[in-house]
Amino acid sequence: MYRFEYQAPDSLEAALGTLRENEEAKIVAGGMTLLPTMKLRLARPDLLIDLNRIGSLAGIEGNSNEVTIGALTRHADVAASDVVQNHIAGLAALADSIGDPQVRNRGTIGGSVANNDPAADYPAGLLGLSATVVTDRREISADDFFTDMFETALEIDEIITAVRFPVPRRAAYAKFPNPASRYAIVGVMVVDTGSEVRVAVTGAAPCVFRATEMEDILLKDFSADAILSVEVDGSEFNEDIHASAEYRAHLVNVMARRAVSAAS
Amino acid sequence: MKVSFSVNGKDVSGDVEPRTLLVDFLRDELGLTGTHVGCDTSQCGACVVHVNGRSLKSCTLLAVQAQDSEVTTIEGLADGDKLHPMQAAFREEHGLQCGFCTPGMIMSAIDLLQNVPHPSETEIRDWLEGNICRCTGYHNIVKSIQTAAKG
Repeated sequence: MYRFEYQAPDSLEAALGTLRENEEAKIVAGGMTLLPTMKLRLARPDLLIDLNRIGSLAGIEGNSNEVTIGALTRHADVAASDVVQNHIAGLAALADSIGDPQVRNRGTIGGSVANNDPAADYPAGLLGLSATVVTDRREISADDFFTDMFETALEIDEIITAVRFPVPRRAAYAKFPNPASRYAIVGVMVVDTGSEVRVAVTGAAPCVFRATEMEDILLKDFSADAILSVEVDGSEFNEDIHASAEYRAHLVNVMARRAVSAAS
Repeated sequence: MKVSFSVNGKDVSGDVEPRTLLVDFLRDELGLTGTHVGCDTSQCGACVVHVNGRSLKSCTLLAVQAQDSEVTTIEGLADGDKLHPMQAAFREEHGLQCGFCTPGMIMSAIDLLQNVPHPSETEIRDWLEGNICRCTGYHNIVKSIQTAAKG
């Protein structure tokens, strides 16, 4: 890594203050994306502001209407949480599928969401569940939050503090993981909110998106068979050594059907 | 900058650049070379240690991030000459060949049994997703963990 300075403030206000004063500073939460990126020299912040001492940013609370997860909450804790398992089991399972146990012990929902990796799992979870991203200054709906590959609606010095999820009627996540990194080659979150069906796809395209044709069909008939012959347009899909765009398009259908079956 | 934490029950301190990785601090500053650098991309798990009781990849942590923590490495498991039950199980079941992945496997497996005392074979194999072995085909690693779980 290139050299950098490091600070670990113990309050959000202190972190925001430092971030505002220093254009080349970056905040680090779990570091499971930022540190590998810096090791590859793809990022070189002058200053790292470590949020891990700000305990108030972690925690899970919820009831039968909504579940709120603090930005610094580790994936392992979301997966193991009684509150999440009882109210949004599909989200607990999604968190349990991220990376590997050591990554899950450290990685955070705030970090994953702010980064918006095209192959990350949480963006599909948030978009599918119609979540709200809460920051130090406003609230942003998932529909408006994920704007492009590695890009979000966040301002340059804005810090996520929590993510709030309405409790759905049923929801499940199905993923075809890369065997080594376990990133989603394709991951689909299917959610029946009670009034609509949302199908959020990650891994396939540069940014998470909703498969609206599947949503319309599933609203009338929530079954895997109902979307059996739906083909998604893979012409803009990602193409790399792991999978072609065509294969990803095929996987979207397979994972969507698996998610529907799991949610039923 | 100054950093201080405890490793295997002993207080340690150092003056490091922020960019010093925890794995490099353990190996180069403290001479604890049982923790290995394999892939350097957070995938292989040869660097797994425990920080405050949870298994983490020390190649993806800065030494300064371990401030005030309790770190356990492979060197901290045995009680004098008496092997930790997980180490004993790996020896008994021939759970290693070259040994490069082994410290990470053992540290990871100990965390598994903390979470799930009697894991199924599937649960063991799923847990080891973050640990890659080139030699053994994982078969005896799984057996070692099953043996250790029997207690």
